Amino acid sequence: MSTAYAVRDSATMLRRNLVHIRRYPSLSIMLVAQPIVFLLLFVYVFGGTLGAGLPGPEGVVGRAGAGDRGDYLEFITPGILFMTVTSIALGTAISTATDMTTGIIARFRTMNIARVSVLTGHVLGAVIRTGFAVVIVAAVAFGLGFRSDAGPLDWLGAIGLLVGVSFALTWLTVGMGLAADSVETASNTPLFLVILPFISSGFVPTDAMPTGLRQFAEHQPFTPMIDTLRALVTGTSAGSDLWLAIGWCALIALLGFLWSRRLFLRVPVK
Amino acid sequence: MTAIRPAIEVSGLTKSYGQHAVLNGVDLTVPQGSVYALLGPNGAGKTTIVNILSTLLAPDGGEIRVGGFDVRREPAGVRATIGVTGQFSAIDELLTGRENLRLMAELAHLERATATAAVTVLLERFDLVAAADRRAQTYSGGMKRRLDLAMTLIARPRLIFLDEPTAGLDPRSRRDLWAIVREQVADGVTVLLTTQYLDEADQLADRIGVLDGGRLVAEGTAAELKRRVPGGHVTVQFTDAAGLAAAAAAHPQASSNVEALTLQVPGDGSVAGLRRLLAGLDDDAVAGLTVQSADLDDVFLALTGRTAAAAPTAEGIPA
Repeated sequence: MSTAYAVRDSATMLRRNLVHIRRYPSLSIMLVAQPIVFLLLFVYVFGGTLGAGLPGPEGVVGRAGAGDRGDYLEFITPGILFMTVTSIALGTAISTATDMTTGIIARFRTMNIARVSVLTGHVLGAVIRTGFAVVIVAAVAFGLGFRSDAGPLDWLGAIGLLVGVSFALTWLTVGMGLAADSVETASNTPLFLVILPFISSGFVPTDAMPTGLRQFAEHQPFTPMIDTLRALVTGTSAGSDLWLAIGWCALIALLGFLWSRRLFLRVPVK
Repeated sequence: MTAIRPAIEVSGLTKSYGQHAVLNGVDLTVPQGSVYALLGPNGAGKTTIVNILSTLLAPDGGEIRVGGFDVRREPAGVRATIGVTGQFSAIDELLTGRENLRLMAELAHLERATATAAVTVLLERFDLVAAADRRAQTYSGGMKRRLDLAMTLIARPRLIFLDEPTAGLDPRSRRDLWAIVREQVADGVTVLLTTQYLDEADQLADRIGVLDGGRLVAEGTAAELKRRVPGGHVTVQFTDAAGLAAAAAAHPQASSNVEALTLQVPGDGSVAGLRRLLAGLDDDAVAGLTVQSADLDDVFLALTGRTAAAAPTAEGIPA
């Protein structure tokens, strides 16, 4: 099977998945609603109090000392954008597992196609879906008053990072969808992706956490990703976090890809 | 000078699920351009054979070549040769009929113009033009099966597997499907089909293999098999138990149902045989009778000594 066919088959499968996404909009709506609900909840319910606990963004907003609701919106927006990515990734585990229960997958397996294209179709479809979702969620954040000094290049970088994170996490959740013995299982196993952003620098500064938790939060892969995203959307320098984030994305994508491919390509013995 | 290879060559195929042996050494040869029917009841291993031949399932043992390719070592070659329509619809229900066909054409790497032409021809041939732009989930069972088969044929495979292609279809849809299969055969396509219906195998197949307990218990043309099978049976309905008992004593080879007051007498399909049976019956004791031609039960009874329904799936096969 030549590379040209692999690319062509992946494009065909991507089109199939985009039609699915368009014809089954309720899942997309649910997946986009989740980060928006969290955004509203955190800004308006917790935001006043949490903003007051912020250490004061040195040189970012030009205001030192304890912040307010607006400062918290600024602090949390990168975390919420990140959560949009994890939310769509979770949905992809569900849609992959659902797809595997349909008869057409057996047909694909009997066809002389680049078999991994069935999976790349899901992953690329999810990345595109994530793109739309991030734009919607970002628009809501702007509507609530989020402002930033980031230039076009920073935003381009932020989009690139989110695409990378989406690509990596989706390969992982496609694997979870394949490994699940039912659609219900597939909707449960990736739930840690929703929890992990809370135990990171996404919602409160890690300094406020107890020692053990703080060490975990500072070193788990989502923290450098969220810190890099925050630096990009607020127009500051990400420093070494950028490389750490890219490294984590590459590692997760590679492991997720190898795992998913192994699960899908094996010839079942029963 | 090389002889034309058979489309399917299977020898010593075995497959077990844990302790449960599903296939106990199947030997099978299907020449190119012919139609082979695997006939057998549920659980006989028909679908397992199709799944192994179409690379969906790994065999335990045996030499299996499809289109000249080894199913284990050269699965891509096998897949390039075959088209499969299984028992359960392998269509994308969220796509329309046209989109489903288009998807298959793209995956078969057809040129755009060729693909468009093929989709149009198949929609017409399979009577799906009116429903072409409706989602497949709104289709009836017969329409789904037709779409399924059209999707299999769009890549013009030289060998097609049809796993119980007419199960659950109404008589008209069945005949339509048979006509389509015959057209394929006229084009030189090799067909392996599985069925529970003797008449279907009779209608379509050049050779029939009777599968029972994971082994081929008989193989031959429809005519050869029928010679080994008695000509159906006559069911006699009696008015009372005494009449049934008397007739049952006169026909020791028959099976009687005391509750329903019926006696099933195997026939040889001849008028003389039927006349002899009728001559031996007491007019007053008989409420009615039906003459049935040979069905799968009769084939099984004749070949295995059991009815199809009672056939075990693996153990206790007579050598």
